Amino acid sequence: MSARIFVPRDSSALSLGAGQVAAVISAEAARRGVAIELVRNGSRGLFWLEPLVEVQTAAGRIAYGPVQPEDVPGLFDAGFHTGGDHKLKLGLTEEMPYLKRQERLTFARVGITDPVSLDDYLAYDGYRGLQRALGLSGADIVKEVTDSGLRGRGGAAFPTGIKWNTVLNAPADQKYVVCNADEGDSGTYSDRMIMEGDPFVLIEGMTIAGLAVGATRGYIYLRSEYPHALAVLNGAIDAAVQRNYLGDDILGSGRTFHLEVRRAAGAYVCGEETSLLESLEGKRGIVRFKPPLPAIEGLFGKPTIINNVISLASVPIILDKGGAYYRDYGMGRSRGTLPIQLAGNLKYCGLVEKAFGVTLRELLYDYGGGSASGRPIRAVQVGGPLGAYLPESQFDTPLDYEAFAALWAVLGHGGIVAFDDTVDMAKMARYAMEFCAIESCGKCTPCRIGSTRGVEVMDKIINDQERAANIALLRDLSDTMLNGSLCALGGMTPYPVLSALNHFPEDFGLQKTEQAA
Amino acid sequence: MTLQDRTRTLIDQAISSHKDKPGALLPVLHSIQDSVGHIPPESVADIAEALNLSRAEVHGVITFYHHFRQTPPGRHTLQICQAESCQAMGSEALTAHAKSLLGVDFHQTTGDQAISLEPVYCLGNCACSPAVMLDDDVYGRVSNDKLESLIADCRKEIA
Repeated sequence: MSARIFVPRDSSALSLGAGQVAAVISAEAARRGVAIELVRNGSRGLFWLEPLVEVQTAAGRIAYGPVQPEDVPGLFDAGFHTGGDHKLKLGLTEEMPYLKRQERLTFARVGITDPVSLDDYLAYDGYRGLQRALGLSGADIVKEVTDSGLRGRGGAAFPTGIKWNTVLNAPADQKYVVCNADEGDSGTYSDRMIMEGDPFVLIEGMTIAGLAVGATRGYIYLRSEYPHALAVLNGAIDAAVQRNYLGDDILGSGRTFHLEVRRAAGAYVCGEETSLLESLEGKRGIVRFKPPLPAIEGLFGKPTIINNVISLASVPIILDKGGAYYRDYGMGRSRGTLPIQLAGNLKYCGLVEKAFGVTLRELLYDYGGGSASGRPIRAVQVGGPLGAYLPESQFDTPLDYEAFAALWAVLGHGGIVAFDDTVDMAKMARYAMEFCAIESCGKCTPCRIGSTRGVEVMDKIINDQERAANIALLRDLSDTMLNGSLCALGGMTPYPVLSALNHFPEDFGLQKTEQAA
Repeated sequence: MTLQDRTRTLIDQAISSHKDKPGALLPVLHSIQDSVGHIPPESVADIAEALNLSRAEVHGVITFYHHFRQTPPGRHTLQICQAESCQAMGSEALTAHAKSLLGVDFHQTTGDQAISLEPVYCLGNCACSPAVMLDDDVYGRVSNDKLESLIADCRKEIA
C-alpha cells in the first residue's frame, strides 16, 4: 500500500516553502521507488511549524515540521513515510496541545481533507447540513440559525438569523446571497484558511442561505490578494456543479442555486457591505447610505443576504447538529466559537478556534507563547486596523463582544496582533489615520478630510509642536469622525488612535497622569 | 490607433467574454490587466461603449481601485506588506532595505524594467510576518537576505 503524505497548499505554508517541499518529496519518492500518494491539504494553522508534513499511519496522522526541502532525503532515510523517528517528528497531529485544546466547529475539516475533493468533504460529514435544509421550510432554516445565536463574524456581530429573516420576508422576483471575502484587516486570515482549506463548507453555507430566503444566485467577493483561494474556490465550485450540489436542480430537489467568485481590486473600504455591493455592480466602491438595508435593497436593488466567510461557513454545522448544539458553546450573548488569528510579534502564531470566553492572556501566552522577540508584550490590537489597542492591564478580558465593548474595544474578525515594547504607539496612531486617508472612499467629509488632518495633527504631536493643543485637537477630530462618518472606516479609525493615546500617553509626550487632558 | 494589434485583440477578447455579465466592469478590467499587464488609457472608450457607460465612469473605476494600473509594470511586481502585523515584525526596515536595493520608491519601476515596487495592506499571511508578494507568490518571515535573493532571482533571468 502506498504511503499517504500530506503537504499543505495553504498560502502561508506555501510562503514558507511547502510547494518546493511537495515537489522534492515526489521526486525523492520516485527516485527511491517508494509508492506515495501526495495530498495537498489545507493548513492545520500551526504556522511556526509550517511546512508541516503529515503521514497517515494505522495509529493516526503523524506530523513532521517545519520541513525544508533539504530535510526530505533524511526523512526518507528515517522511514518517515511509515511514521519513522526523525528530529522533526512531532508525534500524532491530533495530540499536539495547541490543536487538542481547541474547539474546532467551523474549522473541523481544515488541514484534514483535500480541499478540492468533494468525496473527502462528504466522508467528513460534509453536506449533511444541506441535506437537512432541503427538507425544511425557509422559515425553519432561518429559525435554526437564529436559535444558534450566531452573530456576524465579519466584525459587526449583527445576529445572522435576524438578517436572514429580513431577506426571507422581503418579497422580490430575485434575491441574492453575497459572501464578503474581502478580508482586508491586518492580522486576520481565517477567511483565507477556510477558502483554501475547506471551500465546500462555504459553498454549502451559501447554498443553505439561498434555500432559506429563496435566493437563487450567490457571489463570493474575494480580495485580489488571494490568488490561491481563487483557484481552490473555483475548483470546488466546478466539482459541486458537476455533482449537482450547485445548479438548477440541487440533488434532485428542484431547487436552484448558482455561485460565482468575483475578484475585488484592492480597496479596503469594499469590505464595508454597501461599498462591496457597489463594487459587485461594477462601480467605484463608494459607501451607500443606510437605510435601505441591503436585506431590503441590496445587490442590483434586490433583497440580499451579505455575510462574512466565517458566518456562512458556520451555517452547515448549525443545520447539521442543530442551533442548540452551537449555542451551547460560548458565554453571555456571544454564542458558539470564534476562529481567532494570532499574528504579529508572537512565538506561536496560528489559528485558534475556541468558544467565546477565552481570555486574551491565555491566547497570547498559553497559545502564542509570548513575543517572538523575547521582549515583553506591550500592546495588542484586536479586530484589525480599526480595532483598539489594549495594554497589559486588559489582557484578562474574555473574548466576548460585550466585554470588549465595555472597554471601548472590538473583537472584529478575531485577529490579534501583538507588539513588543519597542513599539511607538504615537506612530501606530499616526498610521491608523494614514491608512484611513489612503483607503477612504471619499463620500463623507469626516473620513475623507478628517483622516488627512489627523495625519497632520499626529505629525505635530510627534514633533512636539504645541503638543497640548494638538492633543485636544486630535480628540475633537476623533469625536467628529466617530460620530459623523458614514461607515466604520472613518467611524472607527478613532478606536486605535484614542486607545493608543489613552493607554500609552507617554508615547505622545505626556506623563501617565496627564492622560485625561 | 496607438495600441498594438495584439493588445487590441486581448482587450476585445476581455470585453466580449465578460460584457454580458451583471456588473461586468470589474471582470472586464481584471481580464485586461491579467492579459495585457495594465489597462491602457486608450481602451477606456471601447470599454465604455461596450458596457454602455460613460468614459468618466470607467476612468473613475480604474482609478478608484489600488489594484488597477494604467501604465505597464516591470516584468515582476514586488509588494511589501505595510500593515500592523508586519510592522510588529520589522516591515518598516525591510521596506527601507527594498527601496535602497532597488533605487526606487513605491509605485515606481526599476530602470531595467525588472521590478515594480508597491505597498500592500495585508496579504493574509500575518502569522508569518513580515510578508511580501512577488507576482502571484507570497513569502513569509522575509529577512533582508531573503529579499535580496528574491530580487536577485528576478534580475538573473535576463542577465
